[in-house]
Amino acid sequence: MTEQAPGRRRTGLMVFAWLWVALPFAYGVYELFRKVVQLFGG
Amino acid sequence: MAVGFLDRSRIVASSGWSRWLVPPAALAVHLSIGQAYAWSVFKPPLEKTLGLTGTESALPFQLGIVMLGLSAAFGGTLVERNGPRWAMFVSMVCFSSGFLLSALGVATSQYWLVVLGWGGIGGIGLGIGYISPVSTLIKWFPDRPGMATGIAIMGFGGGALIASPWSSQMLGTAPWSIGTVATAFLVHGLVYAVFMTLGILLVRVPADDWKPKGWEPKTDHGNAMITTANVSARNAIRTPQFWLLWVVLCFNVTAGIGILEKASPMIADFFRETSTPVGTAAAAGFVALLSLTNMLGRFVWSSTSDLVGRKNIYRLYLGVGALLYLVIALTTNASKLVFVLCAMLILSFYGGGFATVPAYLKDLFGTYQVGAIHGRLLTAWSMAGVLGPLIVNAIADSQKAAGKVGPDLYSTSLFIMIGLLVAGFVANELVRPVNPKYHEPASSGEPARSEAR
Repeated sequence: MTEQAPGRRRTGLMVFAWLWVALPFAYGVYELFRKVVQLFGG
Repeated sequence: MAVGFLDRSRIVASSGWSRWLVPPAALAVHLSIGQAYAWSVFKPPLEKTLGLTGTESALPFQLGIVMLGLSAAFGGTLVERNGPRWAMFVSMVCFSSGFLLSALGVATSQYWLVVLGWGGIGGIGLGIGYISPVSTLIKWFPDRPGMATGIAIMGFGGGALIASPWSSQMLGTAPWSIGTVATAFLVHGLVYAVFMTLGILLVRVPADDWKPKGWEPKTDHGNAMITTANVSARNAIRTPQFWLLWVVLCFNVTAGIGILEKASPMIADFFRETSTPVGTAAAAGFVALLSLTNMLGRFVWSSTSDLVGRKNIYRLYLGVGALLYLVIALTTNASKLVFVLCAMLILSFYGGGFATVPAYLKDLFGTYQVGAIHGRLLTAWSMAGVLGPLIVNAIADSQKAAGKVGPDLYSTSLFIMIGLLVAGFVANELVRPVNPKYHEPASSGEPARSEAR
């Protein structure tokens, strides 16, 4: 048995799952850069 | 009901299941439990509202790291037996319950509930959650195990990247009220429960005969292997190599965790008397920066160790780490940039130490029971979780009581960290190939071989 290409039904799940973790992470990165400016900019 | 739903047999992937659905499942857990690294954001509000010292407010973090190491060391067999969904569920229940108990503890001014909740019960969630997706990802990505474990371990390192600003915004600025802090704990517990549930629902294990398309297992690992012999977990803890690496990991982690746990108040104290003091928001930015380098160090330095060798990379972590601490001790608050850069590098070495040690163990003891050996080695993390914060907080508290301010609160701690890193460096130098008397009998077609690197 080998890995098969994900079916169309699972594409939505794939997008949802990655957005679930990527969006909070993107928020963290965004806030990081905002805070870095505050850290060095006073 | 729950036993069936959580059972390993219920999550064997169907033939069309994409393995790329497993990393977000792992990340849902590791990005959550990585919140532990942002504990320092909770310290000032807890100290102000409950009248705690720095040493006291470090207790939940210390206990949490102890429980993390112990549950990872002794829960590995259960995790393997029951599967990742069970492990993620247990992790979610413990981690979220820890926050809920902490909310109750703050609301009723019973600080022991915070220690028991976040540190004790939540710490079990940290340990079980830490090991659950790692082994599952290795099984899904036998062609790229480093990348796969890197995703999970980076997720743990990056959890504070999310938690640090989120917790800070929820807590607001001083003066804090008991209601604000209790509510923050409550919301954290509920939100993390929902967030981790995706991992519980999504995680799958591959079928026994599954393999990636077009991939065949290698029979000869070439120069990536130091030894082709195997040592059992029982024998490994009888070797000096295991205990030398235990010291290496413990002291490397102690040096990093001392800064990490105290990061927010430490940078504020360092630059309080300067023309550019660091406010609460900027201090949270410092915590986030450390989280970022902690996360990136896990991937970058561990990958580099494949090229330069494990022993050499630990020379970098421990030797350069000691020099960086010396730079901080000598320059004190002369330059915010130098302070931040040194701390960032130290934390990248801290993360790198975690990520590289499984490969170091695999080099020395083979693949036979490397997971179990790794679990036992994580007790060094538990010890470091006590040592690092204890050293930094106890000394800072005693210096504060003596009327000292600014960098003077930390100078003694910095020199202690240098000593620990030098001791770790020496331990790393003493690591040699394992005596063949500890090797398991060589299986057919797999001769024992050792080579120094």
